Amino acid sequence: MAELKLADYKTTVHNDWCPGCGDFGILSAIQMALSEMQIPRHKAVIFSGIGCSGKTPHFINVYGIHTLHGRVLPFAQGAKIANPDLEIIAVGGDGDGLGIGAGHFVGAGRKNVDIPYLIFNNEVYGLTKGQASPTLRLGEKTKSLVTPNTNNSVNPIALAFVSGFTFIARSYSYDVKHLKDTIKRAITHKGLAFVDVLQPCPTYDDIHTREWFQGKNKPDSEKAVPRIYKIEEAGYDGVIREESEVNGKMSKILEFSSEWGDKIPIGIFYQNELIPSYHERIAENIKDYFARPPSHQEISDIENKPAARIDKILDKLQIN
Amino acid sequence: MSFLANANSISWLIGGPQGSGVDSAANIFAKTCAKEGFHIFGKREFYSNIKGEHSYFTIRISEKPVSSQLEEINMLVSFDAETVFRHADKVSPSGVIIYDSSLAETVLDEVPSIDFQANKRIGKLLEDSGQPLNLSGMLELAKARGCIVYGLPYYEMIEAVAKKMNDPKLSKLSRVVNVMAISASISLLGIKKDMLISAIQEVFGSKPKLVTSNIEAAEYAYSYIGTKFDTKNIKNKITPKDVLKDYVLISGSQAAAIGKILGGCRFQTYYPITPASDESEFLESNQIIDQVDGKNGSVVVVQTEDEIAAITMAIGASLTGVRTATATSGPGFSLMAEALGWAGMNEVPLVVTMYQRAGPSTGLPTRHEQSDLLFAINAGHGDFPKIVLASGDIEEAFYDSIKVFNFAEIYQLPVIHLLDKAISSSIQTCKRFSNDLKIERGKFKSVIDKNQSEGTAGHFQRFKLEDSPISMRVPIGTENAIFWNTGDEHTEEGHISEDPENRNKMMDKRMKKLDLALEKIAENDKAICYDFESDSKNVVISWGSTKGAILEALEKLSEEGSKLRFIQVRLLHPFPTETVKKFLTDAKLVIDVEMNYSSQLGSLVQQNTGKEIDYKIVKYNGRPMSTTEIYIALKSILSGNNERRIVLDGGT
Repeated sequence: MAELKLADYKTTVHNDWCPGCGDFGILSAIQMALSEMQIPRHKAVIFSGIGCSGKTPHFINVYGIHTLHGRVLPFAQGAKIANPDLEIIAVGGDGDGLGIGAGHFVGAGRKNVDIPYLIFNNEVYGLTKGQASPTLRLGEKTKSLVTPNTNNSVNPIALAFVSGFTFIARSYSYDVKHLKDTIKRAITHKGLAFVDVLQPCPTYDDIHTREWFQGKNKPDSEKAVPRIYKIEEAGYDGVIREESEVNGKMSKILEFSSEWGDKIPIGIFYQNELIPSYHERIAENIKDYFARPPSHQEISDIENKPAARIDKILDKLQIN
Repeated sequence: MSFLANANSISWLIGGPQGSGVDSAANIFAKTCAKEGFHIFGKREFYSNIKGEHSYFTIRISEKPVSSQLEEINMLVSFDAETVFRHADKVSPSGVIIYDSSLAETVLDEVPSIDFQANKRIGKLLEDSGQPLNLSGMLELAKARGCIVYGLPYYEMIEAVAKKMNDPKLSKLSRVVNVMAISASISLLGIKKDMLISAIQEVFGSKPKLVTSNIEAAEYAYSYIGTKFDTKNIKNKITPKDVLKDYVLISGSQAAAIGKILGGCRFQTYYPITPASDESEFLESNQIIDQVDGKNGSVVVVQTEDEIAAITMAIGASLTGVRTATATSGPGFSLMAEALGWAGMNEVPLVVTMYQRAGPSTGLPTRHEQSDLLFAINAGHGDFPKIVLASGDIEEAFYDSIKVFNFAEIYQLPVIHLLDKAISSSIQTCKRFSNDLKIERGKFKSVIDKNQSEGTAGHFQRFKLEDSPISMRVPIGTENAIFWNTGDEHTEEGHISEDPENRNKMMDKRMKKLDLALEKIAENDKAICYDFESDSKNVVISWGSTKGAILEALEKLSEEGSKLRFIQVRLLHPFPTETVKKFLTDAKLVIDVEMNYSSQLGSLVQQNTGKEIDYKIVKYNGRPMSTTEIYIALKSILSGNNERRIVLDGGT
């Protein structure tokens, strides 16, 4: 089979994101990851929610399912459970996944279906003109807010951990290489993987801008020191190799998750493949699930007669 | 008033606190009678409660097929005081009451689970007839009407069985009291003991210890009746009929689940809700599927975090090509409305099995109603196609469960299969279901030739605009067939488009599927006309689970010389206007019968056919319509009653 090039994963659909939008970096990183992993185009499906991030699938030349606001995870899980052979990637915004879809975020953690989930985290509802999203901190006032934010923010990393995600990472949309590598790790992870992608919104988030992340606007220093640092470079390894390591890692993950301001950690906080995936849990009861998942089953013969037999069930209910 | 009570039909009721074995006792009784050769229709009533509140099961046994319950009871079986307080006044004049003799002096006010309203009602009944406010008072009232009462000293009976079995624990558990009660009733009915024993063996089959103790208890109670009472004057003794060959005793939720298995449903999602969960649980307990080719199939049943996840997960699964369903009830269905529109917009086949219960809001969560018809038809914002089909009984629930998947795939849209609590938790003797059915998947391929893929850059036109409004469908993951889906208006490939011309074409394409469905769906799936071999111009129209009660009432009226026609509307959306019009052309009197407040089908009929509804018979107290009350209401209309809307209030 001919090698798939990066260009093969791009569509010609007009991209209407604002100039300078962090989404571009995320889009590139997904396309690069798919290309480097040589995932056949028809095997990959990008599921998205609603918002600017929701448009992502239309720009990627693989199957693309642009779903409802907040519901990307259940849509994507349904497809992956029905056909575990598909390489499914779920993407969405922070309002999508942590506001309206927060229940599904927690629900998905409990299931551990084998999909990566990327949240494009820019602290605002961009497409509806910049309202505060669930990740905007209390008291912060971005451009289009009338008054400073009256809600406190949710901590996505901590929430993912307590919900049961088995892979938790963070990356940054302007560090495309780091993001691409993180996405690749998330795709290869066996289980539900969460990637929190920090991403400036050049139009509505005038606080956490690209310059802010670069440390350019720190008042107290002449030289810009980037706020973002890589935890692996600082010697951290998030991979769990034995169950006994989980408790020790937990406090570290929570510590990382609340670091913000001058020092913002990115990298893989946690990866635990000791926890069985939802698919493995199904296979406990349905032994040939992986060989014959729901989507692969023949339900009728060539004469359109049902493949199933219900005699044994009816025998139990038969009167005599 | 005695209704339909002939020598070979009995209306029987057992009651007791929830969790005390009322259901299993009723099941044993039903099986026993069915084995004896009787047709069965059983209806289960229970509170939204785990333990302690009053639940009861009515069972009709008859030499002919039966599919509804009566208002009156011929035999009341109890082992607690509440059952007698609540139901004794419904026992027919020649009827029988079995009760616990040690409870005779129980005072009405001392039964805490009898709520204030019921207490007041029962208290008034006793006071008005000068009886003391206790169980004896209730029994005296019944006796005065000609009922025969049998007091059983259950405690002593259990002690005796425990002694015989040399098992002192048995008397403490008193678990067998339910079986003793039904055994006594079976003895009084003159049904052979062997049938009871084999029914007990079947019900408790997996627990040998329970089988032994229950059989001992049953045998003791059975002969206790024979030795202690003179049963010759019981008018309710019934004659065994021929064996029911190739019949099953089955509930509506079981029938629907088995239909799904045969119909190829291999993925079902649900969030726990009464009365829909029973189906998913039955499906899960039969998740490994036997196949004709000797291999095993399987159905993956997923419990989700809420109903929004249930429907969206089902849609996601459906995109992979698997036949997919979700099952829910009113509150859950309300949450599913938005996603239903997404499935309509993206032409995704999906079955929503909707078990209606009494609304609005939490309503009467364990009780019956048919009040979600207009909601089912109109659920979701914007115009999009969907099909709504309502089954009329347990057998229809089975066959329709296969049809709805065919509709979903042929027309590529969501199908709402309307059932309700009266169907799901009732049991009936049905002719064993046939395997001989067709699975029709419509325009569906899982292999696309590279040269055949169309559109720009070799993309597949999932929403291709052509003569037929239905395009070729392929599962996601198919080679050479990449496409997109979006809830936005979209192009043939599935990319967002706000172009006005494209919008019109796509709306037309989707909505035209409804015309096609009306053209292609079989007449019997649209509406059925039962004419009782007459050309009567008096017409009863209804839908769903009222079918059985209506048919039986009309049969009775027909025997009495009042012929009426019955139209059962099955396809509710798109509305089969022409079919219904045809049945209504020469109608003089149109009577709409429905289990809801606002006569929802009535409005649909009026709106679509222009035919006025002359009389409305409605009910919304949460208890299914009995044949008795429909019969009485129709009789009063036929005899010139001018009341245009009759509200039925039967049931306990």
